[in-house]
Amino acid sequence: MKALCLTIVLAPLIASMLAGLFGRVIGRSGSHWVTILGVAISFFLSLLVFKQVIFDQVSHTSIDIYQWLVVGDLSFKIGFLIDPLTVTMMLVVTFVSLMVHIYTIGYMHNDPGYQRFFSYISLFTFSMLMLVMANNFLQLFFGWEAVGLVSYLLIGFWYTRESAIFANMKAFLVNRVGDFGFLLGIGAVLAVFNTLDYESVFSQAPLINTQTFAITENIHWPVMTVICLLLFVGAMGKSAQVPLHVWLPDSMEGPTPISALIHAATMVTAGIFMVARMSPLFELSDTALNVILIIGAITAFFMGLVGIVQNDIKRVVAYSTLSQLGYMTVALGASAYSIAIFHLFTHAFFKALLFLGAGSVIVALHHEQDMRNMGGLRKYMPITYWTALIGTLALIGFPGFSGFFSKDSIIEAVYHSNLPAAEFAYWLVLAGVFVTAFYSFRLLFLVFHGESRMDAHTKEHLKESPKVITIPLILLAIPSVFAGLFIGSFVFGDYFAQSIFVAEHHQAVAELKEHYHGIGSFISHAFQGYAVYLAFAGIICAWFLYLKQPQLAESLKQKLQIPYNVLLNKYGIDELYQMLFAAGSRKIGAFCDSFGDRLLIDGLVVNGSANIVNWFSSKVRGIQTGYLYDYAFVMIIGLMILLGGLFLQ
Amino acid sequence: MFNSLPILSILIWLPIIGGLFVLAAKKVSVGAVRWLSLIIALATLAVSIVLMRGFDNSQYAMQFYEHTPWIEVFNIYYALGVDGISVPLILLTTVITVLVIIAGWEIARERIAEYLAAFLILEGLMIGVFCALDAILFYIFFEGMLIPMFLIIGMWGGPRRVYATIKFFLYTFFGSVFLLIALIYLYLNSGTFEIAALQLTPFSENQQLFLFLAFFIAFAVKIPMWPVHTWLPDAHVEAPTGGSVVLAAIMLKVGGYGFLRFSIPITPYASNQLAYLVIAVSLIAVVYIGFVALAQRDMKKLIAYSSIAHMGFVTLGFFVIFKLATSNSSYSELALQGGMVQMISHGFISGAMFLCVGVLYDRMHSRQIADYGGVVNTMPKFATFFVIFAMANAGLPGTSGFVGEFMVILASFKANVWFAFLAATTLILGAAYTLWMVKRVVFGEVGNDEVAKLKDLNGREFFCLLVLAILVLWIGLWPAPLIEMMDASVSHLLYQAQQTNLPL
Repeated sequence: MKALCLTIVLAPLIASMLAGLFGRVIGRSGSHWVTILGVAISFFLSLLVFKQVIFDQVSHTSIDIYQWLVVGDLSFKIGFLIDPLTVTMMLVVTFVSLMVHIYTIGYMHNDPGYQRFFSYISLFTFSMLMLVMANNFLQLFFGWEAVGLVSYLLIGFWYTRESAIFANMKAFLVNRVGDFGFLLGIGAVLAVFNTLDYESVFSQAPLINTQTFAITENIHWPVMTVICLLLFVGAMGKSAQVPLHVWLPDSMEGPTPISALIHAATMVTAGIFMVARMSPLFELSDTALNVILIIGAITAFFMGLVGIVQNDIKRVVAYSTLSQLGYMTVALGASAYSIAIFHLFTHAFFKALLFLGAGSVIVALHHEQDMRNMGGLRKYMPITYWTALIGTLALIGFPGFSGFFSKDSIIEAVYHSNLPAAEFAYWLVLAGVFVTAFYSFRLLFLVFHGESRMDAHTKEHLKESPKVITIPLILLAIPSVFAGLFIGSFVFGDYFAQSIFVAEHHQAVAELKEHYHGIGSFISHAFQGYAVYLAFAGIICAWFLYLKQPQLAESLKQKLQIPYNVLLNKYGIDELYQMLFAAGSRKIGAFCDSFGDRLLIDGLVVNGSANIVNWFSSKVRGIQTGYLYDYAFVMIIGLMILLGGLFLQ
Repeated sequence: MFNSLPILSILIWLPIIGGLFVLAAKKVSVGAVRWLSLIIALATLAVSIVLMRGFDNSQYAMQFYEHTPWIEVFNIYYALGVDGISVPLILLTTVITVLVIIAGWEIARERIAEYLAAFLILEGLMIGVFCALDAILFYIFFEGMLIPMFLIIGMWGGPRRVYATIKFFLYTFFGSVFLLIALIYLYLNSGTFEIAALQLTPFSENQQLFLFLAFFIAFAVKIPMWPVHTWLPDAHVEAPTGGSVVLAAIMLKVGGYGFLRFSIPITPYASNQLAYLVIAVSLIAVVYIGFVALAQRDMKKLIAYSSIAHMGFVTLGFFVIFKLATSNSSYSELALQGGMVQMISHGFISGAMFLCVGVLYDRMHSRQIADYGGVVNTMPKFATFFVIFAMANAGLPGTSGFVGEFMVILASFKANVWFAFLAATTLILGAAYTLWMVKRVVFGEVGNDEVAKLKDLNGREFFCLLVLAILVLWIGLWPAPLIEMMDASVSHLLYQAQQTNLPL
């Protein structure tokens, strides 16, 4: 098992090194072959591990690889934890990564940085595997930051573009704000448990639940609340939850394959995975769960709304990702960890599919991303169209498609949650269903239906993308339809029983389980709720506004100027942050530099004391005239004073 | 087999005497000067590796002990020895010196013999600081170190070198005067200059407070700590590349070393009483200096400020131990070890960063960030290294920059949530100033014609950066060997810190 896990992790790393360091030697095709081979090895071995975990009853294995360091009683190790949750993530990561590797051959074939790109995405696969397979917080943090690094490199892949190198720095810094909380959370875990190993932390968690942290002398918070809130700050950064969501839309500056792999299917879901992994901790703090519910619901609804007014095809998908991450977060808050992971699972397929579909369109239109210059592509690109339609139906939760099962479960779980924030969250995620359907079909209609709005030259050369692009689309479309069928074992079976802990008083999933009687009844049951009808309504509205009566959309835009502009400006959050944090900290820096360092310390104290010495010496120098009569005069005065003093005595 | 040799004396005097030979070789040829310097530096490195191999990790006692009467009237000895705290610093010194010699191969066209000899002599003196067991011997090396550095900046420095050298000299001299007073005071009260004996001598509360403050001023200037740090940016800006590298990578560590050899073991009571002061100043260094770094337009100044912020972690780690209960001694050890790892790691990272700036400066004769832009287009290899070291500087896990900060932050959290909170801001600030510089210098369209004409790294530059990159990654991925080397000595130091050394 140890060798197996090591091979899974190291194969992409070695491939990445080969493509990165010897890219010139092995050439373009050498690079893509070696990296695809590396990721394929990881994928098939992950399948093998999956088989072992599911059928061979080795469902919970912790393997230590090496001792990172030991100090006193504290030891930090590198190692793997193999359980159903890990192996699910491994499969998602390696499968999507493999698809993206293949797709990249087509997407990047003219790019001068071809080898570098393959090296990066393989490095990403390695980092992400380290993250999901960790059996301790140290390695988790390593993977966590390493995926951030690769994300930084890939967003700025086209490093001559000002917008790209701005976006990658922004992404890294916003993520660092999250990591700041995450690291403190790890500090709290160590301080409380004296270890960073998952197993001992989780087993001790219920015992220390009554302890408190002294925030100040008088304010004491329960340790679990402090730990969970700090860790969740990390999740908010990585999984782009409000208010740390600002980096994700900008990350679309990177090449499309990585938008699919990193900024939709895998890396951004690391936060969701982390919280699910930490369920034995989060279950002990209702405060943290309430916060998670609120943050998730706000992200799910309000980021979806922004998606409605975007014109860049990738940005629509990006806002949709934000919104879906919000759904997953809400599920976590409702203690429905298995459902969150299930939505992560289905979302990985259909969102990667949608991104790659968008990429296929972008390539066909010679890197045009504005949907106002698209339209009618259905005729020219049938495979892209049909797969995109499948992805869209899965996204909006159309009954029977994968997203339907996961999203409907989330809404139901929130409904059954007994936390105070659940009701607020429930209405937002429900309304979000309409929004999702609306922006998704708006995209579909604007891009693939209606009349073609591109210029004649582009139109003439329009054709379906090559096989290296369409085959991954088809391969992703299959799970986008069928992945939902796993709901029986994923959510309502005991698949995650060993990985995920749910406290007894958090009843949401248990209640759902009671009402679950197979796929068929799940679908028919859905028609008794609101969500399905809201999704239909969203489709119809989009159809009416963008196909039937396009001029109506325009006039609505005119009439609803204010809300439209608020959404178009993304609530002004970017500008606010730019002013408050970016410009603000530069101002503080300039102030500290010019006032603190140069004026106060250097000017006043250092040079000041030098000046005082100078001034003093210039005065004293005056006494030293060098003339004998001056000295004689002073001597006489001195003598007189001395004698006078004696005389008076 | 090596036990009979005075290996520490060899380490000290080989480069010093070798440096004099290099001066003499000036008459032969420039090539002879270069090769001789390199051979001497490599030989010293080899000796230091022998030292490391022969060093016994399991003991805290001084090893490779040498003890000869020197000025017997005052009880002054030529006493040398190393423990787990000094060995890594000696290795750091010998590695960096080799790289500086290689990097300086063509940099100093004028008076190259003097230039290289200065670095070799400086190396010997710095090693002397790290193995002196007699306080006066320590003081002589401590002061003697200033002279070659003073010359390096003064002779091969930039346009404002006179201001910078005088500031540098007066600042550090100001600090060392207090050290000298403290040492004389110690002698008058104990009759010995032997550091180990001084550590065992009890001093009253007021004596300790006085001594601590005198030490503190001396070492705080050296490290440097806020608010006595302003000599560093100026010295760096004016220093030639090699000078900056040695200054940042090794000389600053002498301050941290002083805290461990003098302040904490000789005056543990006062260290405990005044720990809050050191911690406060360290945290100011992390946060305030982080902001100052953000405002810098000169690359060297930016890295200099970043050094000060990073050294804040060193002093935080060293003194946060006094805010941890004795029952949490594992955390205290974590903090001390973290501070030490941070010193070593910063040596490699800041050295690499200054080398990188040197590479650019040699080509464009500018350190201004605004003069660059899009360097990656013409210097892809350089850009790769620069990004690696920038990430290490920003404390990315997997690099050595992470290890020390991580250890110190974790230990601080145990002591006080808010210490960790302020220290962890470096995650954001460090990334902000470093990556913003990377963005402006490395990425983007080719900034101007000068950048368009840049040539990528040559073999020598590539080699130097590669060695540092490997070291940075190695410590980042597997710090255990380094920690083990220091373990016994750090535990002993912690034991000393937990005493009071007050008279009974």
